[in-house]
Amino acid sequence: MVEIKNTLNNDVYTISVIGEVDASSSIHLDESLSEATSKYKKIMVNCEQLEYISSAGLGVFMSYINDLEEKGIKLVIYGLSKKVHHVFQILGLDQLLKITEDEEGARGIIDGI
Amino acid sequence: MEYRFKVSCSKNKLGEIREFLQQVLGENSIPEVTINTLVLAVDEVCANLIIHSHHCNPNEHIELKVSMNGNSEIIFDIIDNGVGFNICDYKEPSLSDIVRQKRKGGIGLMLVKRIMDEIELIKGEKKNVYRLHKKI
Repeated sequence: MVEIKNTLNNDVYTISVIGEVDASSSIHLDESLSEATSKYKKIMVNCEQLEYISSAGLGVFMSYINDLEEKGIKLVIYGLSKKVHHVFQILGLDQLLKITEDEEGARGIIDGI
Repeated sequence: MEYRFKVSCSKNKLGEIREFLQQVLGENSIPEVTINTLVLAVDEVCANLIIHSHHCNPNEHIELKVSMNGNSEIIFDIIDNGVGFNICDYKEPSLSDIVRQKRKGGIGLMLVKRIMDEIELIKGEKKNVYRLHKKI
């Protein structure tokens, strides 16, 4: 089960992913990222309450990497727990996506500091 | 020690599978990050079977067996009676191809191979056993 909350603060769109993203729930993350990348150039993904992610969720993030580059969108993931971060590291996805520790770090990257 | 769990082939059951595994592995003083990766690998195999071999038919079932024999190896058996996907023949796609093609799938078994020490398919007349070995 996953719950996704979307907030817009000035021009920064934040997607908060709460719970577990697996083969049954990754569609919700996909819908949210699809909407965000079609409308906004600055996107933060808050994973402070993401308890689990499987390949279905990783695959969703991967499928947007090209779009981000093509459309000049900045997307930063933050707040990963140690165990969830490790899942991103197994295949080296932490090198393909922008991942930072906390919201402050994410804002720094989004604002180009 | 042996632990067993049987579920119907519905994607909604993946959460129950993970809960079962977490409970079993949690009793054995294994670090949280390791538990999560083991749960992930089994989840990936189950998701593959439920979706591709059983087409999410809730009238069909898969069974899990976790064996810990006091030594330092854990064996996870995922048992079904589907067509028998040969997990050992799986050829890894490259990550850059997946990114370029904007594919959302295809990395589950890659994770399983990275996490587990050994993967076997034991194909019987009526059932298949997908056996994952991990040394702790």
